[in-house]
Amino acid sequence: MSLISLKVNGQTHSLDVDPTTPLLYVLSDDLGLRGPKFGCGLGQCGSCTVLVKGQAVRSCITAVESVQGVEIITLEGLGTADKPHPIQKAFMEEQAAQCGYCLNGVILTAKAFLDKNPKATEKEIEDGMSRVLCRCFTHTRMLRAIGRAKQEMAR
Amino acid sequence: MKNPSLPVNEIPMSRGAADALARAGFSRRTFIKGTGALIVSFSMGGVLGKLAAQQARGGAFGENAAADSPPAGEVDSWLAIGSDGTVTAYTGKEELGQGMSTAQTQLVAEELCVPFHRVNLIVADTSITPDQGVTSGSQSHPANFNHNNLAGACATAREALLQLGSKRLNIPADQLIAVDGEIRSKSDASKKVDYAELVAGKKFDLKVDTSAKRKPASEWTVLGKPIGRPDMPAMATGTFEYAHNVRVPGMLHGMVIRPSAVGANLMNVDESSVSGMPGFVKVVVKKNFVGVVAEKTWQAVQIARALNVTWSPGPELPKQETFYDYLRNQKPTRDTLLVNSNDVDQKLSEAASVVKATYHHPYQMHGSVGSSCAVADVQGDKATVWSPTQGVWHQRATLAMLLGLKPENVHVIFRRGSGCYGINGADTVTYDAALLSQAAGKPVRVQLTRKDEMAWENYGFAFTIDERAGLDAKGNIIAWDHEGWSPVLGNRPVYSYPGNVITGFLAGFQPEEFRPRSPAPEPATFSNNSNAICSYMVGHVAGADHGAGTIKSERALLHNVVSPFWTGPLRSPQRLQNTFAHESFMDELATRAKVDPVEFRLRHLSEQRMVDVVKAAAKAANWDSRTSPKPRATSASGIASGRGISCVAYEGDNGFSAMVAEVEVELATGKLTVKRLVVSIDAGPISNPDGLRNQSEGGALQGMSRALGEEVTWDDHNVTSIDWRTYHSLPLGFAVPKVEVVLLNRPDMPATGAGETAITVVAGAIGNAIFDATGARIRQVPFTAERIKAALAG
Repeated sequence: MSLISLKVNGQTHSLDVDPTTPLLYVLSDDLGLRGPKFGCGLGQCGSCTVLVKGQAVRSCITAVESVQGVEIITLEGLGTADKPHPIQKAFMEEQAAQCGYCLNGVILTAKAFLDKNPKATEKEIEDGMSRVLCRCFTHTRMLRAIGRAKQEMAR
Repeated sequence: MKNPSLPVNEIPMSRGAADALARAGFSRRTFIKGTGALIVSFSMGGVLGKLAAQQARGGAFGENAAADSPPAGEVDSWLAIGSDGTVTAYTGKEELGQGMSTAQTQLVAEELCVPFHRVNLIVADTSITPDQGVTSGSQSHPANFNHNNLAGACATAREALLQLGSKRLNIPADQLIAVDGEIRSKSDASKKVDYAELVAGKKFDLKVDTSAKRKPASEWTVLGKPIGRPDMPAMATGTFEYAHNVRVPGMLHGMVIRPSAVGANLMNVDESSVSGMPGFVKVVVKKNFVGVVAEKTWQAVQIARALNVTWSPGPELPKQETFYDYLRNQKPTRDTLLVNSNDVDQKLSEAASVVKATYHHPYQMHGSVGSSCAVADVQGDKATVWSPTQGVWHQRATLAMLLGLKPENVHVIFRRGSGCYGINGADTVTYDAALLSQAAGKPVRVQLTRKDEMAWENYGFAFTIDERAGLDAKGNIIAWDHEGWSPVLGNRPVYSYPGNVITGFLAGFQPEEFRPRSPAPEPATFSNNSNAICSYMVGHVAGADHGAGTIKSERALLHNVVSPFWTGPLRSPQRLQNTFAHESFMDELATRAKVDPVEFRLRHLSEQRMVDVVKAAAKAANWDSRTSPKPRATSASGIASGRGISCVAYEGDNGFSAMVAEVEVELATGKLTVKRLVVSIDAGPISNPDGLRNQSEGGALQGMSRALGEEVTWDDHNVTSIDWRTYHSLPLGFAVPKVEVVLLNRPDMPATGAGETAITVVAGAIGNAIFDATGARIRQVPFTAERIKAALAG
């Protein structure tokens, strides 16, 4: 165990944890966050995604020691029900979920992608989302929501 | 930022329920036991009248409902009106992601004439909600939206409120209306009394009157509207509490160690290999069940990896390459005849031509995106679990067996998990957490690894199916014979089989016994639960035609054999596999008869609702009417395009759907691209059109993923589909086809299932489109490029 300093959603936390612990477990167990979720533990599905310095990172395979002191944003840090981020708002408007378990990874991957590619075409958005899984297959709505958010964010 | 949590043993009911009741000004426990009851003085006609038909399907109310469940026949089991006018409704039908909570809230708001937001729905908690068996199989709408259960209770309550209002206002009930939580005079809106005042915290103390007048769909203001899901903002902003997010004070973390091979037995566990590791709490062994408990998740993961466990070698598994032959030669069998006119062979011998084909469908998995997770707190003779199980009362009964506790001392609280689509790891992981908690004496959370989720779940059934049919000289089908072979092992645990899933089995319980039976007895009653009887048969059983079609000479026979792997319901169990065979074969017959596939189907359907869905899908897709395959135009691009149709009367009468698929096939490589899926659906009166669209879109694409890539694989001793590289689910970014949903609303019909209807027709529609494009018939799922290429060469 050793003291690790984590900056999550604008707050700094000092935590006494095994530095090799995957970031996901620290976020969900030590900080009680509900956004990032364990899906596969292998970096294959995207459920555990967080933003690290604006990049979509799979927290299940990221050791907590490697992200000390850098800005980490989780789904709950992106926006709230009252003040949602345009992507979150678009997902609500499109009712783009079934079980909703994968939404964390879908929304944060889309956020990182749109920030870098604000003028992406539909095909480019599909490619950008190609490493994320939704097993309810809410694909059409999710892609529509991302397209909608793109328009909103361009304003 | 820690999640708020209540002390575990002080929670008499789920947190949401407790909050709702506290808001409404009374406690549920006091309420149930209390004697204060409304005196409603009107005669109750037809009480408990029309239950039989709805309950026969098995989804209406648990067939062997727990004796201490709130009784289904009592209004108070379903509803309570609080002193603030809030309506609290109790249901056993869960929100699994299919929108069922939204639809049920709409139902209660509509029938009780209160605003949507004033209804608080309490879902699946053994301390307070009625035992409705499991939430599965497209049974929630038939169970709760027709005349019994939740809908019946609401309608009975509204009539009672009108009677009470009549007494209070001294106005005849027929001159009153229920609006916005009030009983009002139709002619003078100032004469009114609200529900809270009428009910004053008392019970209804009424039987559910199944003949109570339901609101006609023409008067709906809440039902039938595309109301958004109330859980959507929390899901999109990361505050929704899944089972995975449940945290209780003092909670430890567990991991399980599954056998090294299918059928392997535990030889030795060397606790000293891990006892010094950080956070180590305990190694737990019960027969072949092995688990570890640690203070933190990462510690538990590392301890589980490091624990030195020795297993016996398992038996050699049947070879996957020859598995379908293995299935049809396996003995003993359990045979079931679904329909048999006893003249099929004779009619086939008289036919102008006979067509035969064999179809194969692999084991597929639920493959939830989040591996299953539960939290259990077992202390002394009491247990509380937070579980994503589809049946809290089933879980209670079997968990009690597993832990050696009395069922009434086990409290099961449903918390939504990752989408399950049937029996994923939800039940088994609840057992895992409970066994570890019992041994540790503290609350334990377990989330399975990806491999443990995938390698040991109850897979969707593999099938091999022979179809035979005869055509007369005019190209009409005169006889159809269906014979299927499918392996089974375990199932849902229901009320008495913890051994039906892996953890219960490892801990010493046997799965439900396989009872051989051959030959099959003649069918005595009609059931098309498996869709083994194709839509084109008359389905003549016990002196009457029950089917959707016109073919009088008919036989449908199933042989179950013992499976080497665990099996259980996966979205549209058996129905999807049988429908793939039927609808592919129907297309083969249409080609032999030289008739357009839509026209050929219509020619053999008698059920108008089937005719309507087929026509609706064909029209919306602008169906290109001609025989298949399409004459292949030489194309410089080397790409052939085609369209196919498929349809189903889900379970015979529990929903109707048709789909047109449009595909492109790259002839050199066999690469398949699905361009468009047009699906029509008739599920009776539509509760929430956007919810139904969402389910149908998801069903279409999930069905496509299953048709194109999903197959459980194994080697001599182990399942080798253990992650998303070895089990192929279509990701978010594949070339997503255009999906169009055509809803056929039937406000005058009973509500049917909707969640499993669209997925049932996908493989048939895509397979038929591949044939139309290329002339190559793919008779085996999944339709991989290699398989298509091989068929093109053949």
